[in-house]
Amino acid sequence: MNLLDCVDLRKHFPVGGGSWLASAGGRRRAMLHAVDDVTFSIGKGESVGLVGESGCGKSTLVRLITRMLDLTAGDIVFDGRNIGYIPARLFPQSPFRPKIQMVFQDPTDSLNPRHTAFDTIAEPLKRLARVTEREELARRVMDAADKVGLPPELLPRYPHQLSGGQKARVGIARAVSMSPALLVLDEPTAALDVSVQATILKLLADLKSRLGMSYLFVSHDLNVVRMLCDRVIVMYLGRIVEQGPTETLFRSPAHPYTQALVKSIPVICGHPDEREVLAGEPQSPINPDPKVCRFFGRCPRQRDRCRTEEPGLREIRPGHEAACHFA
Amino acid sequence: MNFRRSRTASRIRHDATKPLLSVEDLSLEFRTRSGTVRALENVSLEVGKGETVGIVGESGSGKSVLAYAILRILDPAARITSGSVSFGGLDVLAASEATLQEVRGREAAMIFQSARTALNPIRRVGAQIEDVLIAHTTTLQAELRKKAVECLAQVRIPDPERRSDAYPFELSGGQCQRVMIALALACNPQLLIADEPTTGLDVTTQAAIMDLVRELARERQMATIFITHDLALASEYCDRIVVMHAGHVVEVAPTRELFSRPCHPYTARLIASTPTREGSIASLSTIPGNLPDLRRADLPKCRFHARCERATEECVRDAAPAVTLGGGHSAYCFHPLGVS
Repeated sequence: MNLLDCVDLRKHFPVGGGSWLASAGGRRRAMLHAVDDVTFSIGKGESVGLVGESGCGKSTLVRLITRMLDLTAGDIVFDGRNIGYIPARLFPQSPFRPKIQMVFQDPTDSLNPRHTAFDTIAEPLKRLARVTEREELARRVMDAADKVGLPPELLPRYPHQLSGGQKARVGIARAVSMSPALLVLDEPTAALDVSVQATILKLLADLKSRLGMSYLFVSHDLNVVRMLCDRVIVMYLGRIVEQGPTETLFRSPAHPYTQALVKSIPVICGHPDEREVLAGEPQSPINPDPKVCRFFGRCPRQRDRCRTEEPGLREIRPGHEAACHFA
Repeated sequence: MNFRRSRTASRIRHDATKPLLSVEDLSLEFRTRSGTVRALENVSLEVGKGETVGIVGESGSGKSVLAYAILRILDPAARITSGSVSFGGLDVLAASEATLQEVRGREAAMIFQSARTALNPIRRVGAQIEDVLIAHTTTLQAELRKKAVECLAQVRIPDPERRSDAYPFELSGGQCQRVMIALALACNPQLLIADEPTTGLDVTTQAAIMDLVRELARERQMATIFITHDLALASEYCDRIVVMHAGHVVEVAPTRELFSRPCHPYTARLIASTPTREGSIASLSTIPGNLPDLRRADLPKCRFHARCERATEECVRDAAPAVTLGGGHSAYCFHPLGVS
């Protein structure tokens, strides 16, 4: 059984003015399709990478899965139970809340500047695990700090007294203190220097094998995704355009968008002249035409058919799916 | 907008025998309440006409401080304690503020990290370009708009006529960065300083922006200083790379040479810690420790000392000697790699 199954997940946001009167009057309200019919699963102990450009719906998808946002439609089956029905407002009280934890992008912005490292790590233990005893709390905080290699003498420090790498460790310790089944990492190394990034990546790989967590790893650094993830999901304008095992996807990307993405990764002493740059801007995510491929207008491979029929995800080899007529 | 329109001739003369920009032995410190931060120490750098030079290093290594110091854009707490900056024959450190005002933006322009915050949020992008033209060129009032639209077209903004009426928030991150490049290049500068121009952009947008900068630089024979912490990106676009660590230049080399034969232990570590297309996590190297506190009075002479596995006593005591490998490759280290 999979740890997480997302089925036809959809999130539309209303945009612009337009009162209820306007919509009652029969005019179609402008809707931003942030996530559209997204179906995927994460196995137990599996790490899945989620990539795509800004505005493609990665963050919305993450907020749906972590239940910070209510769905428009679809199911989120976590550990055999549909948690999609729990309103985001009530989710913190749900028994599933401790099982899904998140590591945020910028370790500086995501820590409370007035909390010491100890307070930060203790917070979820107090709120979600209801640890009230002082010694028990201290023991579990030390335990979490130890898991991420944070020296105990740093625990009384405030974020401004810690280095970038140490802050990143505090953020990870906070998330693993509850021994979650699913850890959602939103660009955990984007704000770090390469030297620190390497240590944090090693830590994450090590934690995964030791604690048996599943990862949903959101990033736009494809090299990092390739190193850490078993499987990769590529999103474009609210839809999954390709998913498959990491090695296959990077070796033979099937969707033209993935191909452009893989080609754009800078390589040491590479030749930028040899790659074709993706031209243009994505279409508007507001009320997209259901008959047109979302990548139409930027795609080097587009034909007339792409304008009359939107391609769905189809399997091109076992475990590898792409949404393109010509994949 | 009340900018003084300067009609004086260019302050920059090009002397073919000398590099366009040369920074020599520059030292800079910040006097703060908690002590003096020695942010740059004896930094030297040369950039020739039409050349692209990358400055790489971790955050806090002094890359940006150096770039700003080149145009003498300094924090009130900053003091330049030694050295010189010569830009096309102009002594930047001795020049009057009025002269520098003319040089900045016209002869040397900068593009910044987050374009959206660097642009004026409540002014249309076309008008922002017009401001630059008014301040630095003699463009006629009637032609300002046409010229601004041309600038936008040059950076390949689709439908520039219409987009010139847009506010920054109406444009995507990549578009904002293009506007910023248009602003910087509006006066045909001889030197462009790009401070992490693609941080926060997607890889596909990053590739497009970098290609654009390179192409425009080639077209105009413009020198470019490209500041980044992404070694792979620097390797693709720079002719030469300067590696900085804690306010020191530790190694300078032509790009290919630097990656095939890194000489300073820090450079080698930095390269080995960059994720690649083939490597695995296990093969990633890490750099132990952090940058030293630059306020310390007893800073070792080699600031990489505490993080280096090759360090010895003399690294603390004496300034590291320059190791010259020919072909413009040099490093500052007592125990360089690959040199017997």
